[in-house]
Amino acid sequence: MWRRSASFVLDKHHNNKPISLTPSLDSMAEVNPNPNPNPNPNPISAYYQTRAKHHGIVTSDWLEQAQAAVVRYPDKDSPVAGRRPFSVIEEFDCWRQQPDLAEAVAAVRALAAVIRASEATTMMELEIELKKASDTLKSWDTTSISLTAGCDLFMRYVTRTSALEFEDFNAAKARVLGRAEKFGEISYKARKIIAVLSQDFIFDWCTILVHGFSRVVLEILKTAAQNKKLFRVLCTEGRPDKTGVLLAKELAKLDVPVKLLIDSAVAYSMDEVDMVIFGADGVVESGGVINMMGTYQIALVAHTMNKPVYVAAESYKFARLYPLDQKDLEPALRPVDFGVPVPPKVEVERSARDYTPPQYLTMLFTDLGVLTPSVVSDELIQLYL
Amino acid sequence: MESRRNPRAVVDPKVRQVGFFTSSQPDSTYQPDPIASESHPVVSSISPSGNSLSPVMIPPPRHNSSDTFPLRAAAAASAVSPSSFSYSTRRDFPDGSMTASPGRVSRASFSKPSSSLPGVGMDSMAAAKSSSVPASGLTTVSVVNMPPGLSGTVTCFKVVDLVLLDSQCLVYQIAEKESDQKKNSKPLKEKTTKAERRALQEAQRAAKAAAKAEGGKAPLVSSGSVASTNVKVTKPAKPSSQKNDVAAVAAGPSEKKGGQAEKDRKKDAPHPRMQYDDESRVVKAKRRAVVKQTEAKNRVELFRHLPQYEHGTQLPDLETKFFQLDPMHPAVYKVGLQYLSGDISGGNARCIAMLQAFQEVVKDYSTPSEKTLNRDMTAKISSYVSFLIECRPLSVSMGNAIRFVKNRIAKLPITLSESEAKAALQSDIERFINEKIVMADTVIVKHAVTKIRDGDVLLTYGSPTAVEMVLLHAHELKKKFRVLVVDSRPKLEGQLLLRRLIKRGINCTYTHINAVSYIMHEVTKVFLGASSVLSNGTVYSRVGTASVAMVASAFRVPVLVCCEAYKFHERVQLDSICSNELGDPNAISKVRGREDINYLDGLTNNANLQFLNLMYDATPSDYISMIITDYGMVPPTSVPVIVREYQKEHSLV
Repeated sequence: MWRRSASFVLDKHHNNKPISLTPSLDSMAEVNPNPNPNPNPNPISAYYQTRAKHHGIVTSDWLEQAQAAVVRYPDKDSPVAGRRPFSVIEEFDCWRQQPDLAEAVAAVRALAAVIRASEATTMMELEIELKKASDTLKSWDTTSISLTAGCDLFMRYVTRTSALEFEDFNAAKARVLGRAEKFGEISYKARKIIAVLSQDFIFDWCTILVHGFSRVVLEILKTAAQNKKLFRVLCTEGRPDKTGVLLAKELAKLDVPVKLLIDSAVAYSMDEVDMVIFGADGVVESGGVINMMGTYQIALVAHTMNKPVYVAAESYKFARLYPLDQKDLEPALRPVDFGVPVPPKVEVERSARDYTPPQYLTMLFTDLGVLTPSVVSDELIQLYL
Repeated sequence: MESRRNPRAVVDPKVRQVGFFTSSQPDSTYQPDPIASESHPVVSSISPSGNSLSPVMIPPPRHNSSDTFPLRAAAAASAVSPSSFSYSTRRDFPDGSMTASPGRVSRASFSKPSSSLPGVGMDSMAAAKSSSVPASGLTTVSVVNMPPGLSGTVTCFKVVDLVLLDSQCLVYQIAEKESDQKKNSKPLKEKTTKAERRALQEAQRAAKAAAKAEGGKAPLVSSGSVASTNVKVTKPAKPSSQKNDVAAVAAGPSEKKGGQAEKDRKKDAPHPRMQYDDESRVVKAKRRAVVKQTEAKNRVELFRHLPQYEHGTQLPDLETKFFQLDPMHPAVYKVGLQYLSGDISGGNARCIAMLQAFQEVVKDYSTPSEKTLNRDMTAKISSYVSFLIECRPLSVSMGNAIRFVKNRIAKLPITLSESEAKAALQSDIERFINEKIVMADTVIVKHAVTKIRDGDVLLTYGSPTAVEMVLLHAHELKKKFRVLVVDSRPKLEGQLLLRRLIKRGINCTYTHINAVSYIMHEVTKVFLGASSVLSNGTVYSRVGTASVAMVASAFRVPVLVCCEAYKFHERVQLDSICSNELGDPNAISKVRGREDINYLDGLTNNANLQFLNLMYDATPSDYISMIITDYGMVPPTSVPVIVREYQKEHSLV
């Protein structure tokens, strides 16, 4: 029976076939101008690489595999870089190295650099050029939702700004560039707004369960601590990259009482929890969220115990995706360190994230306001139609 | 809108009987108490009234002696005191207006342009008169002496003064009636001054604009809010209309004659969602009907408000009539017959056939003298639509398409010449077919294909065209999947789909819906079609869809619904009872091709046996994972967003 199950078929499919970075996330978009045939059967998610670098917890195992992966990347980029002196991906790479800069912002900055470097003389040309660049960026890392969403959002803005509104092309270009510059600021501000909005939900003497490391969640907790709220935080360990430990460290600096749990102790300690707060890699059209592995099971446990589940996410993480189940996503793989050597003939589940359906979420804290999951689709339709 | 809840609370709960009960009960529940007696007509005049107003309300009970009802009320009133005469007239009036109201309100909400037709006003007027005659025999002398026109005005003012906000609909109708009355009474025209006429016209225009704005803003409560705005707007116009009505007394008889002729000429459209358990209204509708349908005798009590006909009897009759019906355009007639015989079925096919017939109509249209194209064409289309409804009840998609056509006609600039206007209309209709149906389907296919993976087992039910396109396209893309076609009696549409899929070399399994719970465990996705999607996310589709979706969700299999956005409707529906279609009962009593299964022979007319052949059912949104439309893939919760955006686009076009 299990051999016929969807997930088994799919896993087998992934394991047998080298994963080419097909634009299946978004196949209604034009055919990718330069599809990157990836020689690596199991590419390591660049998104999680960046995160691991930013969060600074590096295991030996991880380093080894990451370095192996990095070696492969240059030749992958070469067809793009070779054709033109300017490469979006290099630009993007350079931006994303900065900690504290969200991936979507980096994408927008990279696209802004494309505009700056372009020799286009009409808005139409510029648009085509940008489209190409954003497709390249998106196909470079199909696993990053905020990258895709950031690209889409920026494209949306450019296509909606026609040169007709301005006296000439240069003014329009300057306007678009200005917008791109502001984007970073907006994303920073978004975090502040979310932190302020969420304060109403954190009451004194409450226990908050958090999972993984999220800059927004940290901001929320920081603001709550600054507002002299009395609460305590349970941090999951956040295997395999142990981001929970990092969050616990940050919180301990703020004198917030923190307790660290192993990931499997969530159900055990759920009865003393008052609310669960997650960050998100991406918020999808159904109102569900895609987040670090383990989110779904925590949400399930919280749901059965009738604890509210809140998700904090900036609105640029809203993506036009609609996964039907866990396997309906581009798998983002990353190395998993078990501490002990993995016995031979044993498979390892290396997916880095899961999808939490909207019925398990109570509220979304976004910079557009505190939303129910069903409003996400409303916002997306208004944004993209 | 708070106020609308009031009368419902007053209603005797016994009224809400559903299921099997003997029909003599309503009389015994009657109370002479004026408030109670009042609430009955008010409620019942609301419930059948609008598309958008009360789709979820349980229809009023069948008063098997609906004629005695007003009489008794009148008698009771006369027994109390002369001062209660206002009640008695009111009792009469709402009943009178009730018979006319479906046309009125439905027009206002269903198709704004046609609401200015004078015929309806006359209708209600005549009805008010006729109902006041038997009453006056029993009530005080003053009423007897009162000429019909005047009694009408008295009623109006009493109603305006006394009736609570709840019956704003009623007030609205009365206001409209007043203005219509004025329009129709020709000798009156000389007596009103120019300024008065102008004031009235302004008021009407403002009312219409307000109604439109209100309707756009809050489609769900449109009828109620329309009524309230209209009450406000028509107030300033009242003094002038009062004068007119007084004058109308003098012009009474001549007006009556003219009105009768008018009424006969204008075949009033039956309300698209007429309550077929209201006998008096059914009789009226039948008199107007082109298609003489014989009704099935034994009907299930819960579904008596829906029309049920014995199929296959009327076709030869209609064919002979083909050359006698000059008002009906042959293209429309043809399409109507095709609906009737079942040659055209499926939401898209029916809608396209109707629109193409309308294109023919527009092509062959020439404006009669002394008429404007906008008004006359709308009336024409309305009469065609009523014919089509007689052939088969409209689907939501067709309703939306008709709304679009009428909207386009109404918005034609007056400056256009006739040929230009016709060309514009034809191209508009063409564009609607292309953009909203053909293109929409290709977009849906594009989206849906992304959800099909290698190794999938896809289940589909019936023969949805959109899903068929998705499957074929996925096959063209060399995806490896298997299809499970689930089918059901009596239509067995799935076999057609099966044939077409197998011809393309798709691996298929065919089963009946009885086996769905067994087969579901190997399914990875369920693709369904829809007749329409309502704004609470309910999917209204071929009967059986709800069961399939329910089983699928119990097995945690995602259910994807493919539906074009033009089939979305702002209505909310909670069950499949209020609005549905009944098919031929013979289809389920007999098995085609199996003469040996004749257990029910000779029992078809047995009073103890009722057949229920439902055509549609409502799938709650909980069972649906995703709706794929031309706007992308959306959760069922964001249907209202699409409806809103779609209407915005409509108003822009």
